[in-house]
Amino acid sequence: MPGKRPWKMVAGAAAISLLVAGCGGGDSDDASANSNTIVIGISEPEHLLPTNATDDSGSQVLSSLFYPLVDFNSQQEPVEVAAESITPDKANRVWTIKLKPGFTFHNGEPVTAQNYIDAWNYGAYGPNAQTGGYFFERIDGYAELNPLDPDKDGPQKAPTPKTNKLSGLEKVNDLTFTVKLSAPFSSFESVLGYSVFNPLPKAAFSAEGVIADGFEDQIIGNGPFKLKGKWEHDNEIVVEKVSDFKGQVPKIDGVTWKIYQDDQTQYADLVSGNVDVQMNIPIEALSKASADLGTRFQMSENSGFDFIGFPTYEPEFSKPEVRKAISMAINREEISDQIFLGSRIPAKSFVSPVVRGYREGICGEACEYSPAKARKLYEENGGPEEIKITYNVDGGHKAWVDATCNQIKASLGVNCTGSPEPKFSVLQQKARAHERIGLIRLGWIMDYPLMENYLGPLYSTNGSSNHYGWSNSQFDQLLKQGAQAATPQAAIKKWQQAEDILVQEMPVIPLRFSQNVYGYSEKVQNVEMNLFKRVDLYEIETIA
Amino acid sequence: MFRYIVRRLLQMILTFFGATFVVFALMFANQDDPIQALAGEKPVSDSLRAALTERYHLDEGFLTQYWYYMKGLLTGDLGKSLTGRDISEMLVDAWPVTIRLAILAILIAAAIAVTTGVYAGIRRGGLFDNGTLLMTLLLLAMPIVVLAPLAQLVFAMELRWFPATTTKDATLYELLLPAIVLATTVIATQLRVTRTSVVENLRADYVRTARAKGLAPRRVTWVHVLRNSLIPVITLIGVDLGVLMSGAIVTEEVFNIPGVGFNLARGIRTEDGPLVVGFVSVLVIIFLIVNLAVDLLYAALDPRIRYE
Repeated sequence: MPGKRPWKMVAGAAAISLLVAGCGGGDSDDASANSNTIVIGISEPEHLLPTNATDDSGSQVLSSLFYPLVDFNSQQEPVEVAAESITPDKANRVWTIKLKPGFTFHNGEPVTAQNYIDAWNYGAYGPNAQTGGYFFERIDGYAELNPLDPDKDGPQKAPTPKTNKLSGLEKVNDLTFTVKLSAPFSSFESVLGYSVFNPLPKAAFSAEGVIADGFEDQIIGNGPFKLKGKWEHDNEIVVEKVSDFKGQVPKIDGVTWKIYQDDQTQYADLVSGNVDVQMNIPIEALSKASADLGTRFQMSENSGFDFIGFPTYEPEFSKPEVRKAISMAINREEISDQIFLGSRIPAKSFVSPVVRGYREGICGEACEYSPAKARKLYEENGGPEEIKITYNVDGGHKAWVDATCNQIKASLGVNCTGSPEPKFSVLQQKARAHERIGLIRLGWIMDYPLMENYLGPLYSTNGSSNHYGWSNSQFDQLLKQGAQAATPQAAIKKWQQAEDILVQEMPVIPLRFSQNVYGYSEKVQNVEMNLFKRVDLYEIETIA
Repeated sequence: MFRYIVRRLLQMILTFFGATFVVFALMFANQDDPIQALAGEKPVSDSLRAALTERYHLDEGFLTQYWYYMKGLLTGDLGKSLTGRDISEMLVDAWPVTIRLAILAILIAAAIAVTTGVYAGIRRGGLFDNGTLLMTLLLLAMPIVVLAPLAQLVFAMELRWFPATTTKDATLYELLLPAIVLATTVIATQLRVTRTSVVENLRADYVRTARAKGLAPRRVTWVHVLRNSLIPVITLIGVDLGVLMSGAIVTEEVFNIPGVGFNLARGIRTEDGPLVVGFVSVLVIIFLIVNLAVDLLYAALDPRIRYE
């Protein structure tokens, strides 16, 4: 454009400065293109402090930065990793944890028993508001650190705890400490595999019980990888191999955890080779994933469990026969194939196949599709004319809820509608307030591989995710007996008996077990994902 | 001129408080249970809920919460998001890339809209004019939620001309495709306004005079006509900043640009009131400043306009 007017010069100057600014930032990308490092897509972690990182992305990144006390073998039995030994006393109440010597944090501090005690105390202390705090519930002294509101949501506030130390934790020597539980629990070792039980170095604390400002952005762990630079929020987290790591050594030299807001966007990058592993291929891309990726498109089992809960306190759903009839009206196979394109497995039990003690098809007839029987049973027991399934729209549940409703309609000859709520929190609030929202769609992913991690939170009377108010004292009793049983094997027996009650009572309809649906680029091999939806960082390799 | 600017600045303060109040009220009304939203579908223990409620004053009334927010704002503290990050830090991280994207989009849009608009105006009724009118109609009809993934699929994944996504340190080239997508949301209106305005001005007395003086037709069009035709276009570009920002929410998500739109989308999804209000506050300030600048530009373009 001709002319020498000031505003044109401003525009020109802006364009030039834009060019300059643009050129400045682009150098970092290609530096590591051919080295032995990989790029894995995640979404922005909410936190990286172990006791506060309970989201998928957070615990995924932590799996590279920390070395846990125990890991799990292919039978889902705990195996000591950072711990030398973990031994209970006769009553399964006091557990002695011995650490392997010679381990250090990334800043050179040796890992000691005190590091675990400090980290756990911090996590359990109520006012620190750690999302993983409730995992310390079993340890003696938890109640004192988390005093409850005396009048429940009333005018009075919960008192400030008198102490910020768990009375159940005791240091024996530099590498040994004991954990006293408030009740015996023979399977406690499995619980210790969860990432909230990781230690924190002294450098994490600016004063006793206070995490130093900015520690989370430059977190120091005891794992095979250390943070390179800082956590670049919304952008990436780069970790590199620790040179003299004492534990199992990964085959790759580093991971760039690239942060995505959207799975579809990430898929675009996977196909164009900017991401090496995508851990969750979105449903929208499933149909073309085989064509795009070939054998690099994979599925493997994980711990996810989808189900529908009955409001058992409502009179029309109070009969187990009615609940069974609705369950029998649903063709699980058809929905898994048609809607999820085979990426989910029909569920016929109340715990996931990945835990020890799972029994295939334990749900029996009640989980088999038989419309004629279902209709007969439903009519004999006077099931309601209207069925409503409430779901949250933000989780992409509409398609299968509608399909399920259509099957119920066809099988039982009643009216069934899906009722959307904007968010899971709204759905949960209404369920807790016992509003008439009908059946509720729910899901669960385990924290540690035990039957108890399904049975306790989902079906026990005070279960943290029992949103549908089912309660059975015999079930609660069996669950407790299982926890206190002498051995993990004996515990499973009791828990299986508890599950038998669920089969009789059908408080929920088991629908599907989920799978890891993942894909990877041509640059990597031996890509495996575990039950916790995490990539196995010790096995994955780059192709030279 | 000076008095005018001072008066405008005072008005801006009022507008700022009004706007943040409205956004805060909307966010407050939309909030169901931010603590559960934060935890996803995981259970939230009672003591965690109690501690977080107290930390973020979630049990207080609307006015008290607004008061806490304003108190922080006036002392230069934007507060913390519900995930515990400093909002001022997040702003510093997010703004640069969004500003680059927006400027690039404005430049692309203005360059295309003004040149095409002028040519269409000169050749009114011709093939080129009708062609551009048809094109703008298409663009107007195409929402950005369709356009952005489509552009990504065609130009990035199939043709491989551009990278499919970008990062915080995106180069100009990496930002080009998202900027073009963003520009298309405003090009059509800008082009049509330019064209109409040029058509009108071509009939004006001063153009006839200029032609009669024997000035070269190019100079008449690009200096005399264009300068006067730009006033409505400049106004539009200023207003379009708002359109660009709302378009950025989609564009930044599709192209994974960790900017303002990206953060806003997340804040709205997780009911993170402080985060949304913090980002919108800055948006409001920028919007106000740009509009002031646009008004001042009038005087530079047309000497007949004077401010008292």
